[in-house]
Amino acid sequence: MKIRHGQFLLVAAAAIWLAGCKPASDSGATGGDTIKVGEFASLTGSEASFGQSSHKGTQLAIDEINAAGGVLGKKIQLITEDNQSQAGQSATVVRKLISSDGVVAMLGEVASSRSLEAAPICQQSKIPMISPSSTNPKVTQVGDYIFRVCFLDSFQGGKVLSGFAHDTLKAKNVAVLKDVKSDYSVGLAKFFTEGFTASGGKVIAEQNYSSGDKDFSAQLTAIKAANPDAVFVPGYYTEVGLIALQARQLGLNVPLFGGDGWESPVLVSIGGQALDGDYFSTHFSPDDTSTNVQNFVKHFKDKYGETPDSMAALGYDSALILADAIKRAGGTDGQKVRDAIAATKNFQGISGVITIDENRNASKPAVVVTIKDSKIKFVETIAP
Amino acid sequence: MNIRHAKTVLLGVLAVFLVLSLFASRINGYWLNNLYDIGIGIIMAVSLNLINGYTGQFSLGHAGFMAVGAYTAAVITNQFGELNVFAESGVFAVALFAGGLAAALAGLLVGVPTLRLRGDYLAIVTLGFGEIIRVILQNMDVVGGARGLSVMHGWTNLFWAFGLAAVTVYVIASLVNSTYGRGFIAVHDDEVAAEAMGINTTKYKVTAFVVGAFFAGVAGGLYAHSKQFLTPSGFGFMQSITFVVMVILGGMGNTIGVILAAILLTLLPEGLRLVSGIEHLPGIAAERPLNWIGETRMIIYSLLLIVLMLTRPQGLFRLKKSPLAKH
Amino acid sequence: MTEFLQQIINGLAFGSILALIALGYTMVYGILRFINFAHGDVFMLGAFAGFYLAPKIATLIPLPSILGGLAVLVASMVICAALGVLIERLAYRPLRRSPKLTVLITAIGVSLFLEYTGQFVFGAAPKKFPQILPVYPIAKIGGLSLNSNQVIVLGTTLLLLFVLRFIVLKTKMGMAMRAVSFNPEAAALMGVNTDIVISFTFALGSALAAAAGILWAVNYPAIDPLMGILPGLKAFVAAVLGGIGNLPGAALGGIIIGVIETLVSGYVSSTYRDAIAFAVLILILLIRPSGLLGKKEVEKV
Repeated sequence: MKIRHGQFLLVAAAAIWLAGCKPASDSGATGGDTIKVGEFASLTGSEASFGQSSHKGTQLAIDEINAAGGVLGKKIQLITEDNQSQAGQSATVVRKLISSDGVVAMLGEVASSRSLEAAPICQQSKIPMISPSSTNPKVTQVGDYIFRVCFLDSFQGGKVLSGFAHDTLKAKNVAVLKDVKSDYSVGLAKFFTEGFTASGGKVIAEQNYSSGDKDFSAQLTAIKAANPDAVFVPGYYTEVGLIALQARQLGLNVPLFGGDGWESPVLVSIGGQALDGDYFSTHFSPDDTSTNVQNFVKHFKDKYGETPDSMAALGYDSALILADAIKRAGGTDGQKVRDAIAATKNFQGISGVITIDENRNASKPAVVVTIKDSKIKFVETIAP
Repeated sequence: MNIRHAKTVLLGVLAVFLVLSLFASRINGYWLNNLYDIGIGIIMAVSLNLINGYTGQFSLGHAGFMAVGAYTAAVITNQFGELNVFAESGVFAVALFAGGLAAALAGLLVGVPTLRLRGDYLAIVTLGFGEIIRVILQNMDVVGGARGLSVMHGWTNLFWAFGLAAVTVYVIASLVNSTYGRGFIAVHDDEVAAEAMGINTTKYKVTAFVVGAFFAGVAGGLYAHSKQFLTPSGFGFMQSITFVVMVILGGMGNTIGVILAAILLTLLPEGLRLVSGIEHLPGIAAERPLNWIGETRMIIYSLLLIVLMLTRPQGLFRLKKSPLAKH
Repeated sequence: MTEFLQQIINGLAFGSILALIALGYTMVYGILRFINFAHGDVFMLGAFAGFYLAPKIATLIPLPSILGGLAVLVASMVICAALGVLIERLAYRPLRRSPKLTVLITAIGVSLFLEYTGQFVFGAAPKKFPQILPVYPIAKIGGLSLNSNQVIVLGTTLLLLFVLRFIVLKTKMGMAMRAVSFNPEAAALMGVNTDIVISFTFALGSALAAAAGILWAVNYPAIDPLMGILPGLKAFVAAVLGGIGNLPGAALGGIIIGVIETLVSGYVSSTYRDAIAFAVLILILLIRPSGLLGKKEVEKV
């Protein structure tokens, strides 16, 4: 018995060794007639709705690019891997995409924590990585091969939302209700608080919840007792709809406001009338009548049967910018593509006009919208 | 396992992997990472086997101990890691050991209150402890909370991963096969009888938790320096379940079986990933015809779990009679 | 004072749904000595059954209405009862003689299977649960808020509690259930068809889970395939708190957990809300493992 087990172990080890003994594939290989681009996203698991959205947008972009002839005469092959919303898996799949699949660039992820997991690997392998919607500043600080096509939470929280609260809402005392399980929410809350207090406002109450929670009455009752002028809810649409409903039920009638995590058709379907008079900042407004946005919405609906949300729009833009950069670089050499992405200026994306700044973040305006009669209405644009 | 040869085998394994780790750059990064995961998985499974398999305490919170070890080791190397190459190994060893100790302390905190609990209750309480650890870490801003902790030094390599796995197996197997170790099995079989025979069941149960937690903490440290990024959500219930399945699959109390199960279950998701990524099958026109496997991977996994329990609950790899033959 | 009263109301409202879920848990455990990990997922399926049935029922009976809401409730209870029997037949019955651990793992497998299949079939994004019952605000005095949906939950929980007690204590099937819970082999020897009793128990437990799912969705109208995990765990804690196997205990436990969670969340810190239920569990198991209303079980050697 012992010998049989030992032999099995030996054979298994040998098999793994042999499987692994491939030369580390050189990035930028232009051999073959396709350009391989890797994508990692949370297609299943607790954050599947975000990953699926982002992936649908990315896939649509790639399909459209290929239908129009591809890039530099070659079709783009999008290789997507699922990280199941689990920590540790992004690192694994990104390694696989780079070492085994030989991708020349990486698209992903929505969640900053998962982007932070993958970024050092891409940086080390000199594979340019574009995150569609990770808003934590640390992501692009990992290295010069890491980019993002969305604005930062320091901009969204520190300038846009705190400015909006102070100047437009004229709020002096604000309560904050954040999602303590989400790095996005925690980060956005921190930047908002810094910006708001710096401009003279006060955060008079701070309450927490966890993504997945459904009952917020305890937190909202405590907030109501503190009597704020407005409530900042930097969370995701999955909870905000219910928060709005319960807030109004409890008689908390001051405006609620939040960030781009609110953006989704699901928000209004759940929150309904309770959301009237609330505000949030986002990347693009579905009211935008420009042709390319309307085309995007139409094609997305045709292909997937649903209206795109901001993660889909950003996923779409990340793919477009990558393809454009490859074209400008004249090839898939890692260094050249990286430089081309860094040089992106005034790119007409679906989520706005994108310029990549010297910190490899997207310098683009944010849009503040309000909700009335279950419809989203544009309020103002705030430029960086 | 024959103890006389065990020490030689241990030293042999350590030497082999020390040499192999020098050639690591020849291996595809993805597979190298898988190998580290296997080493870490072996440590987690074997350490859990001591608690679940040999001592019969059903623990569903093992990932919590891993988290404590991971964060502790990461904080230490982040603080003290900027030294010359020779001192690196030293710092790493100290960090891993410290992680293990911190986890062992957590194991003590979990083991003592749960002494009187059995079966289902014990399972839920250990699950609860695992969740409490996760929530605490999530709210500790000093280690990043929900935003995660970056680990600056990726020092895990083949020598550390498999060397420590070998040490874990050696220590635990020696412990259980000693005369002292028979106590664990006595507690597993019939606690009341064991007490009646003068065996201090409290001491054994707590020892199982503490030793098991220690090695889980070491594995956590290795994990931290392999993935180089930690978030509390990565050490939740799902992670604990994975290790429990390894122990069940291998056959509770069957060390070799558990090692094989750890290897199998670490490679299974990657295997399924490979299969689902196959570009073309003969006779089918569509590209990536098996892609649905990727989307349904977790469904397949849970079905496998059910089928396994229905058909072969004694584990896949139990070939010879184990000391726990009653079950 | 208003704040405190409102928090108490909040706690009672939330707690009564936990109580409803806990009833199903405790009943199955009481009869079969088995924690049905998948209970929270049957709860989820009940909500989704309601989601898909509501439009169909609306063509016969206009929604929202009391009759329509009742129809949706009963329909999904029936569906989930059938599902519960199916799960028992396929996954748990073959393991009746197996060690407890094996069945526990299988239950975990079933739970995961339902969650991931749910994500695959229904999609992972939350869906809006349609309004099936008319809503009336009940109390608006002194700034307090309470609506009819919350009262309905409390009322339904109490009603089902009495119905269950009636079934278990006063009917023949109930007697059979109690017999099986004391000693399955002896019960079989006395002519009780244990298979039928167990199937019935599961059907009943699943129907309760479905009812809880519908009422939950009525109060918190965002449903998703993973919605049952946390409520399921909290309800289990509630059942243990009240004394597992004890029906009024489960209801009491649910209310207590709801109130404690709400008060700690509102007054101390909402950061650790999730961990509160587990802390309560650990405390109760340390101090009084038989629960508040349970009786001390002497361990026979």
